[in-house]
Amino acid sequence: MGNRIELFARNDEKEMDIAWCPGCGNFSILNILKAALSEMEEITPENMVLVSGIGQAAKIPHYFRTNTFNGLHGRSLPVAQMIKAVNPELHVISESGEGDMYGEGGNHFIHAIRRNPDITNLVHDNMIYGLTKGQASPTTQKGTVTPVQINGVFLEQFNPIATAITMGATFVARASSGDPAQTKEIIKKAIRHKGYALVDILQPCVTFNKINTYKWFKENSYYLDENYNSENKMKALEIAFNTEKLALGIIYKNEDKKAFHEQLTIYKENKEPLFKRKHNIKELESFINSKI
Amino acid sequence: MNKNFKENISVVLSGEAGQGIQTIENLLTRILKDDGFNVFATKEYMSRIRGGSNSTEIRVGEYAVRSHSSNIDILIPLTKESVEHLKDTISSETIIIADMKNLKIDYSNAVDVPFFDIAKEIGNRIYSNIVAAGTILALFSTEKEIIYSRMKKIFAKKPELIDKNIEAVNRGYEIGEKIKNSGIIKIEIEKNSKIKDNILINGSEAVALGAMAGGCDSVFSYPMTPGTGVLLSLAQYSKSFGILVEQAEDEIAAINMAIGGWYAGARSMVTTSGGGFALMEEGVSLSGMIETPVVIHIAQRPGPATGLPTRTAQEDLNLALYSGHGEFPRAIYAPGNLEQALKLSRIAFETADEYQIPVFILTDQYFVDSYYNIEKTDLSEVRNENRITETREDYKRYILTENGISPRGIPGYGKGLVIVDSDEHDEYGHLTENLDIRIKMNDKRLSKLDLLRKNALEPEILGDDDYKNLIVCWGSNYETLKESLKNLKNTKTAMIHFPQLYPLNYDFKKYFEKAEKIISVENNATGQFSNLLKLELDAEIHERILKYDGTPFSAEELTERIKKAI
Ligand SMILES: Cc1ncc(C[n+]2csc(CCOP(=O)(O)OP(=O)(O)O)c2C)c(N)n1
Ligand SMILES: [Mg+2]
Repeated sequence: MGNRIELFARNDEKEMDIAWCPGCGNFSILNILKAALSEMEEITPENMVLVSGIGQAAKIPHYFRTNTFNGLHGRSLPVAQMIKAVNPELHVISESGEGDMYGEGGNHFIHAIRRNPDITNLVHDNMIYGLTKGQASPTTQKGTVTPVQINGVFLEQFNPIATAITMGATFVARASSGDPAQTKEIIKKAIRHKGYALVDILQPCVTFNKINTYKWFKENSYYLDENYNSENKMKALEIAFNTEKLALGIIYKNEDKKAFHEQLTIYKENKEPLFKRKHNIKELESFINSKI
Repeated sequence: MNKNFKENISVVLSGEAGQGIQTIENLLTRILKDDGFNVFATKEYMSRIRGGSNSTEIRVGEYAVRSHSSNIDILIPLTKESVEHLKDTISSETIIIADMKNLKIDYSNAVDVPFFDIAKEIGNRIYSNIVAAGTILALFSTEKEIIYSRMKKIFAKKPELIDKNIEAVNRGYEIGEKIKNSGIIKIEIEKNSKIKDNILINGSEAVALGAMAGGCDSVFSYPMTPGTGVLLSLAQYSKSFGILVEQAEDEIAAINMAIGGWYAGARSMVTTSGGGFALMEEGVSLSGMIETPVVIHIAQRPGPATGLPTRTAQEDLNLALYSGHGEFPRAIYAPGNLEQALKLSRIAFETADEYQIPVFILTDQYFVDSYYNIEKTDLSEVRNENRITETREDYKRYILTENGISPRGIPGYGKGLVIVDSDEHDEYGHLTENLDIRIKMNDKRLSKLDLLRKNALEPEILGDDDYKNLIVCWGSNYETLKESLKNLKNTKTAMIHFPQLYPLNYDFKKYFEKAEKIISVENNATGQFSNLLKLELDAEIHERILKYDGTPFSAEELTERIKKAI
């Protein structure tokens, strides 16, 4: 096991100049993800891709040893979906902060879910814009005062869990950076889920969010019961709408839906990724010349 | 009013959206081509699904006719309004063949044919367009066998419609023969039996097929006229050729999807129009930074903003040229005709792959919607080598090299890891704020421009080798200017057309140095390419012929304007 963890560690780990604040929840998520992957024999740094956008959370691939696409702010989902679509042999994780995923990338979030791509969507939800120094994010609590929202946020808080369930997501979970053991298990299940899997990971921002602290998250969340039936959509929605106390665990899951790439005609007869295919120029030539 | 047509003729059909103008355009051009005529068709339409006035212009000639004409020889209107709509292009020479009584048209140079009454006798007013097609075909003396065999192909999927449509054609044909025998209209254009084997495609299809020859295996797009045609064509071919077609939620997603596709080993493109492309700009910059190729097709239409959605323009060269923040290389191609579209769309993929940059294919509404017969294509020379490298354990995505190009690996192929980052990065692809590395990486990216420039496609020069007047054009004005040049019969005049707009080889300056007077032709109000020529080659344009009313130049109009300019 120990060896496998090292697989995902950069060999210059000691010299890495990490951009996160001491005590930041991102460290914990980084370690949890490494641990989760090391326990999944089917995954290697070479057969997975970590796609991220921009933000503090989105820097995670740089502290990791794997294929990486660190793209633009808000745009990791379009990239991740099509990496998977053109090469289904790759394991694809799309990971960023909540500002990136639900704000700048909000439209992609909605429509990615509708496609049900076989990717894992990990969202570091610290309820604030960290990298740009503490402005409100879509999940910032009402009343939070920031240098921009000087009178306190009065916009409705975005509800990623309810939105995902409503859009037809096939795996919706909430986890906490403060609980490595359970979060690791949730992430493993999310990665093994065939289809789109959202894990909204509650994470304190020790510098810019003085409200939603480690303590606050502990007091305002609870784990779903062991006997909870995550396949009941209406029940899941009810839980999602309870924002007084945040449920942790797999809130909703549906294993019957086909993944995006499984529905594509390009894989009907040929299972090979696109890059391995030879283009038949002769056939194309006669096709063009038949357009008489 | 007896008229003889010997070299070419222009027939215009007009009506409202929903009247099947498209159907007869398709029918007539294909049948006339089968019969051995050169054909050209272009349509003009309003941004609406029903009503309004639309028209399609069909030119038929002994020699290749490949450009819009402002002259109407025969007009067949299916509504009264569409005659009004075309009043500026109807001349005293124009012959109108119409159902005068039903449309309540009063025009002296007219042949009255009760298209609507005949259609009703057949069973429905909707057959009137097919009756009209029959009349036209009789004027061209096209044999019925040729007509039937094409109609059977066109209606192959709806066999229940074939009998009525053939009846409609026959009824129209009878009348056409009477008109022909009366001597009012006499068409004596030579046929050439070789033409029947020519292919007949429009600009959208040519771009799509060319892209496929370049290995295009995926397209991501959000619909926007006139860029949608390429998406539709690729969707149509997707089953037979294994193309991934995905309609994105917006243009921002589309270009990021395409870049994601290339990163993982696909050969992707996006297709849109100026407004949609404006949303993609950030992606162009991403492609430049992470050196992941992408091919972008922009079919231009007049702006700003929504502009004139179904009209034509060459207004987005600057947009393509300067799109994306930061400094990085790119290439821009603009096909002048269908043959070039087939070739340049393929080359766009090769260039994108070789230089790992964003590459543009710039067309316009007039170009993508026009079609004509071209010779069969020969792809036997096409090699289509994929430049993807199998990575080794110590693979560095951005290894510094002599010419700035680092071998491109993809995830899952080889032992190495492929790390790309939109932040400034080191050779491995990891984020860095080391400013020495920044300079090295920026220089590396920009150095690819030198090679691109050196290998820029040569412009094409036509006309007098010993020219004094040089007329410059780009994109779809190629064929129009060619026809104008022929009309002009002016010695000492030549035209120059650039299939690649950017970058240009500095050596191309020599073509301008020879000329005493340089005139440019562009479908925009500011002369965007003329300005670029000054910037890139220090070429001084003395006179600019510009048009920006949303319609293409006609050969006649351009000839007149060149005469004035010379
Ligand atoms: C197009 C664009 N707009 C704005 C930014 C600036 N920006 C970078 S990260 C960010 C928000 C970060 O918040 P979040 O995604 O929650 O990540 P966190 O830093 O909190 O982990 C913003 C606004 C950008 N990089 N790109
Ligand atoms: Mg955040």
